[in-house]
Amino acid sequence: MKFLQNTGLTLFVLGLAIFTAIPFLGTWELDASMVKETTKEMHREVMVDILTPMYDKTYSSQFAFISEYSRHFEAYNESLKAEEKWDQVIWDDYAFPLTKNASEGPVSASPLLFLFLSIGLAVLGGLLYILPLYRNETAGIKNDGIYFSSMKARGWLGIVTGTYLIVFYIILYWYPEYLANLVIMVDPLSEVLSGGPASQWFLYGLIYTLAILVMGVRMFRKYRGNNYQTIRTVSVMFFQLSFAFLIPEILVLFNMPWHDFKNIWPLDYSFFYEYRLEGMISSGALGMFMLVWGILLIIIGVPIFTYFYGKRWYCSWVCGCGGLAETLGDPYRQLSDKSLKSWQIERYLVHGVLVFAVLMTVVTLTNYFMEFGLLGQATDQLHSIYGFAIGSAFAGVIGTGFYPFMGNRVWCRFGCPLAAYLGIVQRFKSRFRITTNGGQCISCGNCSTYCEMGIDVRWYAQRGQNIVRSSCVGCGVCSAVCPRGVLKLENGEESGRINDMPVIIGNNSVKLKS
Amino acid sequence: MSEKSKSIVIIGNGISGVTCARNIRKQDPRVPITIISGETTHFFSRTALMYIYMGHMKYEHTKPYADDFWKKNDIQLRQGWVHSVDYTHKKIVFQNGDELSYGTLILATGSKPNKFGWPGENLEGVQGLYSYPDLLSMEKHTQSINRAVIVGGGLIGIEMAEMLGTRNIPVTFLVREKGFWDNVLPEEEADLVGRHIREHGVDLRLETELAAILDDGKGRVKGVRTGNGETIDCGFVGLTAGVSPYIEIFKGTELETNRGILVDEKFQTNLPDVFAIGDCAEFKIAPGPDRKKIEQVWYTGRMHGETLAHNLTSKNQVSYQPGIWFNSAKFFDIEYQTYGHVPAQPREGEWAFYWEDASGKMALRLLFNEKDQVLGVNAFGWRMRHAFFDRAITEGWEADRVVSQLHKADFNPEFHKKLHRLLIAAYNKEKGKSLTIPKRSFIQKLIGSRA
Repeated sequence: MKFLQNTGLTLFVLGLAIFTAIPFLGTWELDASMVKETTKEMHREVMVDILTPMYDKTYSSQFAFISEYSRHFEAYNESLKAEEKWDQVIWDDYAFPLTKNASEGPVSASPLLFLFLSIGLAVLGGLLYILPLYRNETAGIKNDGIYFSSMKARGWLGIVTGTYLIVFYIILYWYPEYLANLVIMVDPLSEVLSGGPASQWFLYGLIYTLAILVMGVRMFRKYRGNNYQTIRTVSVMFFQLSFAFLIPEILVLFNMPWHDFKNIWPLDYSFFYEYRLEGMISSGALGMFMLVWGILLIIIGVPIFTYFYGKRWYCSWVCGCGGLAETLGDPYRQLSDKSLKSWQIERYLVHGVLVFAVLMTVVTLTNYFMEFGLLGQATDQLHSIYGFAIGSAFAGVIGTGFYPFMGNRVWCRFGCPLAAYLGIVQRFKSRFRITTNGGQCISCGNCSTYCEMGIDVRWYAQRGQNIVRSSCVGCGVCSAVCPRGVLKLENGEESGRINDMPVIIGNNSVKLKS
Repeated sequence: MSEKSKSIVIIGNGISGVTCARNIRKQDPRVPITIISGETTHFFSRTALMYIYMGHMKYEHTKPYADDFWKKNDIQLRQGWVHSVDYTHKKIVFQNGDELSYGTLILATGSKPNKFGWPGENLEGVQGLYSYPDLLSMEKHTQSINRAVIVGGGLIGIEMAEMLGTRNIPVTFLVREKGFWDNVLPEEEADLVGRHIREHGVDLRLETELAAILDDGKGRVKGVRTGNGETIDCGFVGLTAGVSPYIEIFKGTELETNRGILVDEKFQTNLPDVFAIGDCAEFKIAPGPDRKKIEQVWYTGRMHGETLAHNLTSKNQVSYQPGIWFNSAKFFDIEYQTYGHVPAQPREGEWAFYWEDASGKMALRLLFNEKDQVLGVNAFGWRMRHAFFDRAITEGWEADRVVSQLHKADFNPEFHKKLHRLLIAAYNKEKGKSLTIPKRSFIQKLIGSRA
């Protein structure tokens, strides 16, 4: 068994190493036809002209190619800016498509081979490692040695992993041209699904989905015997694979806008952006359905489902960010900060982002209905600030890159505006609670330690109080790790749900309110 | 009265002392409170020590209150070992010679592991597991050993076996009795736990006594000899044959002690302004018909603390009056809860219904009196709602009523196997009844309504 697992680990590391090396393979050669093919008509002539010095030269590294490209491109733009010819400045980013087109070598020659050698080996290795986990062991809590683990307790492995993730996200969001070879590698897959070439987002979506699927299998092994965990994990795996990955690509195949039917504004912050609205409105009946369905989810779906089930129906059963956190992020759940201070920061931040998202959307829609008579410039500015600070830096770089440092729910806890909205409903109008079982708590601290949202569950449990917190995503792990059967996630009658002044059962001498 | 003469000093920062301090502070925002402990500066959950060894948590996670809680609540913490108490001048003398005056003294010194005079019981690598220093010692003495022997089949013994298992240290578990913890558990339950212990690879030796612990010549343990003469090589011996009150510094003083510090039903000792609560206290008269004079569980410690705090801050003095007994434990992967009293041997006129799942890991015993009223329940691998059984036992519900309402008692996680269905079928078969569970509509199921 150990042999299989070690082989798996070796394959995974090998796959990851090849994945990391692929962007550097091959040579780069640009010619005018590529530039014509890639650029918009309005820029075509200029671009072909300014890149002339690069034609028919072979670059042996992407760094050389990209820096040369940037030099010519920036020089052109800078001169225009100096002359204040703002309307002629090229704002489009052609670095990624040009680098992708100019790449030659083993990866573009046999993309599927490299897909197998990198992502394929990593998936295979991951499964080989995961499937034998806890074999011949009885079902039960598998937290042995977590705080001795370098990976799971902020040791050097955790730091390396976090750093890798952070660097990957920074490149993905702001320097995708360096990922060009990796995107070429998944082109054939994209062709099959959507009928078009891949973008960096297709690559990212593929990795994301595979991470949820493979680490979802790990969840089955780890939480064997706990049906709530198993079913919940099946749910996030299903929603990621179908709603977030396959369906949107297939929509593109049928000339429809890329659309994730389970993503809800304000997490889906661009839902009311002009291009999205236009896209939906101009896509016939299905497009109208996307629009109506999206709005119904916001104004009816969220309150109703959250009333009956708490925010868990979304956050730990459906959502993609939640799905990654609950699978890939599960090994890091104990790293969330449980202090009162962090709870304060959390409330300011998450509600702050909600306010920002709502204001931005109000401005966007006002602008849209006033046909850009007002605030045109301001809207664009807001969009780019939000996209940069919240959409990319917070949700991506910090949200996932910080798993090994601050736990797996950093984004969901401190940043997600939809979580804030769901949380408000959950706190004030819901049947969901975590019930504390009378006087059985022994204050051991497992619940608080393993709460990914940083809720000090024990604080409530040891005073016999039910846990009703806006941030609780209902992952059910506090209940799973409790050694004394004290916690139960329940949807029940609203009366008695919030017991601010509980009395611990068992002492008839005095009835003390905690 | 001066501040000094009013001041409350508590020796011991376990659950009893800390609960008492917190509840006094809630009622009286001003009275000076000092908690003394030699063990650790801050209160931690003693029951969680095992999780530190197993790597589930770090020490700081076992602290139920953040470190700034004590300052916020104006409760002084003082780390130090007490040497003696001068009851006449109302002051405490520390081992380092420091002194501290008190107005009211609360003794909550807890327990220490039992040692029964076995040869070699004080060797290096031989210990119980009760305190934080015990944990550190266990960590130190279980590095690179080939086997550990645990002596005494109770709750701490099985926890120690689980702890050592996570470090891949083979364990031999010596239990004097015929079944695991069979002075508390009826035969079937003792069997169930015994099977599970073996399933975890522990070499469980029932009806085996410890004769001697063997010295390696350098003052360290090298093995044990059992009652039947067998020698077992090991590098560590866990002594887990129960605990007894930790009252060494009070013995032979004017404070009246027996096995524990003797107290009345208001936790008053024989000396004025001196009280004792928790594991170290021994009631002169047991607090209830089925209760012991020394109560050594987390929950009773908490109740002692609550009750004494009330009496110290209220004109309305009450006697300690525990409600329906309850307790819980976890045996490796199997959770155990009990409500009411289920003795190991049924008494005259009582009858039990015992059900065990085919897996052999989930079981329920319901005990009834001759009038079929429920007296208690043992649940294994089946979480039960405390409030349900507290009420059913208090009100003396009859067998059929309890069995047919079990779905309301069920506290297992959602989507868990519906054990009450299996149990009700077994009960109907055995008793020739036809009890049914009220059907829930699709909508009720969908929204999780329990009404």
